[in-house]
Amino acid sequence: MKKKKKKAYSGAAVNSKLLRRPIRRQGWFFLLPMVAAFCIGFVWPFLHGMFLSFCKFKTTSNWQWVGFSNYVKAFADESFRYSFGFTALFAVVSVILINVLAFVVAYALTQGIKGTNIFRTVFFMPNLIGGIVLGYIWSMIFDGILGAYGTSILLNKTWGFWGLIILMCWQQVGYMMIIYVAGLQAVPEDMIEAAKIDGANAFQTLFKITIPNVMPSITICTFLSLTNGFKLFDQNLALTGGLPYIINPDGSTVHTTEMLALNIYNTFYGQASTSRGVAQAKAVMFFILVACIGLVQLKSTRNKEVQQ
Amino acid sequence: MTTKQKKVKPLKAKPKKLWLTILFTIVSIFYVMPVFMVVLNSFKKNTFVKTDTFALPNAESYAGVDNFVKGMTFGGYPFWQSVLYSLVITLLSTFLIIFFTSMAAWFISRVNSVLCKVVYYGCVFSMVIPFQMVMFTLSKTADTLKLNTPWTIPIIYLGFGAGLAVFMFTGFVKSIPLEIEEAAAIDGCGPFRTYFKVVLPMLKPTIISVAILEIMWVWNDYLLPYLVLDRTKYMTIPIHIQYLKGSYGTVDLGATMALILLSIIPVIVFYLTCQKHIIKGVAAGAVKG
Repeated sequence: MKKKKKKAYSGAAVNSKLLRRPIRRQGWFFLLPMVAAFCIGFVWPFLHGMFLSFCKFKTTSNWQWVGFSNYVKAFADESFRYSFGFTALFAVVSVILINVLAFVVAYALTQGIKGTNIFRTVFFMPNLIGGIVLGYIWSMIFDGILGAYGTSILLNKTWGFWGLIILMCWQQVGYMMIIYVAGLQAVPEDMIEAAKIDGANAFQTLFKITIPNVMPSITICTFLSLTNGFKLFDQNLALTGGLPYIINPDGSTVHTTEMLALNIYNTFYGQASTSRGVAQAKAVMFFILVACIGLVQLKSTRNKEVQQ
Repeated sequence: MTTKQKKVKPLKAKPKKLWLTILFTIVSIFYVMPVFMVVLNSFKKNTFVKTDTFALPNAESYAGVDNFVKGMTFGGYPFWQSVLYSLVITLLSTFLIIFFTSMAAWFISRVNSVLCKVVYYGCVFSMVIPFQMVMFTLSKTADTLKLNTPWTIPIIYLGFGAGLAVFMFTGFVKSIPLEIEEAAAIDGCGPFRTYFKVVLPMLKPTIISVAILEIMWVWNDYLLPYLVLDRTKYMTIPIHIQYLKGSYGTVDLGATMALILLSIIPVIVFYLTCQKHIIKGVAAGAVKG
């Protein structure tokens, strides 16, 4: 697909003076507004953030270069390491659950059963509700259930963890389902028919024909749900807020359901403003982690795709 | 031979599909339960939300529309104002993003100079950046440039959200045959007329997809407006709800549920009316990367 597109637009016509030059002259109008906003909203904050991660600062104007000491401090911070472990576990569990459930639902909904459209509408619906609101809806439900036993989701980290997993599944299964449905519908009908004629049973058809053919969708969904899991913030803040926390003997606290994004946020704005440099260093590591996952994920699953 | 023909047939087998329909009906009912619980609890008195979450409101716990009335001015900030600001920010941001990124995407793929490539790959790069990376410096930049009002924050959204939009538009523009624009140029159209009269109308399907994705993002976004906006003056719906629940003390759960219900209703209406486009938009947006 990609190669085709490239060919089409790197053809001789693009170089034609008829089109290119007059457009180029109007760059101030076509390109400049977007680039200016992009610099304000992304490029400058990004570079500035990179720089500040090597500084000790309270406000952006009052900084002092400290080299890598912020990174050392971030690694030494137990709550950061804990939140990393918690986030990684959450991401892995949620990726598996969401993708398996979404695939099963999508597979069932492409079999032409009655009411497919209604079911699809229902499953996708939670995606339109924002993370904060979702968090509070589920916190009401979990507390309604756990309240009967005289406890709350804020008192036990295991419940907090599974609460977040349930919430994320509820929200994301519908989204991934849409992508899988699109993938499943693109599987060539004659291929499945040929498999049936050759005597393949339903499982063989599924694993040898259908799944290899929807590999692009699987790549996309795994990638999306993994980065979504790592970047999770709103739902985490609204459902548990990181509670319950434990106090270490040395006086530091660890929030046991706090994920990376929330940990970074709390380091920035929660504690004393002296640790902002550390928070920025954590944010840089967080960004590198998320970006790397995206790239590795794409590379590794792309190889398994069926050549078309 | 006969077996082969038999195997092709099962497409018509109905009993298997019937139990699937029944199963999915049950699952769907459970799936909408959380939303139904919000409706239920928004009509209950505060103390009953926690103790009788799953019970229907009875004579004792029924609060009528009290929760909605109370919720309107709850927390010392009128709720309708949050709704209004959410609306302003979402519509303005979506408009800005579509207007400017589609132009930029067209420019990028037609001019295709080194600068264009830098901008394009910058946009692709920005798609994988988590917000936490830039949140502190971005909120300071916004403060300095006075972009901290609902009328100016769309510029921030244009900057931070440009990546996906530019990526999607560029992908589509590349598939438009150049001959059309050449014909326009030969007929005497300058770049402006070529773009607004010829290219822009062809972009419509992508515009809808991008609009859907941006609306879903901006309307529900919490952290960016929370950090950028002047919080004493402006709130959006997510900020308002977080503010009510986050302020430790006596939280009126009934009233909060009423507000949550009020904030979900427009979303559901939007969803049910534009469902076809939304699902298409999501499927299109997912193909990034």
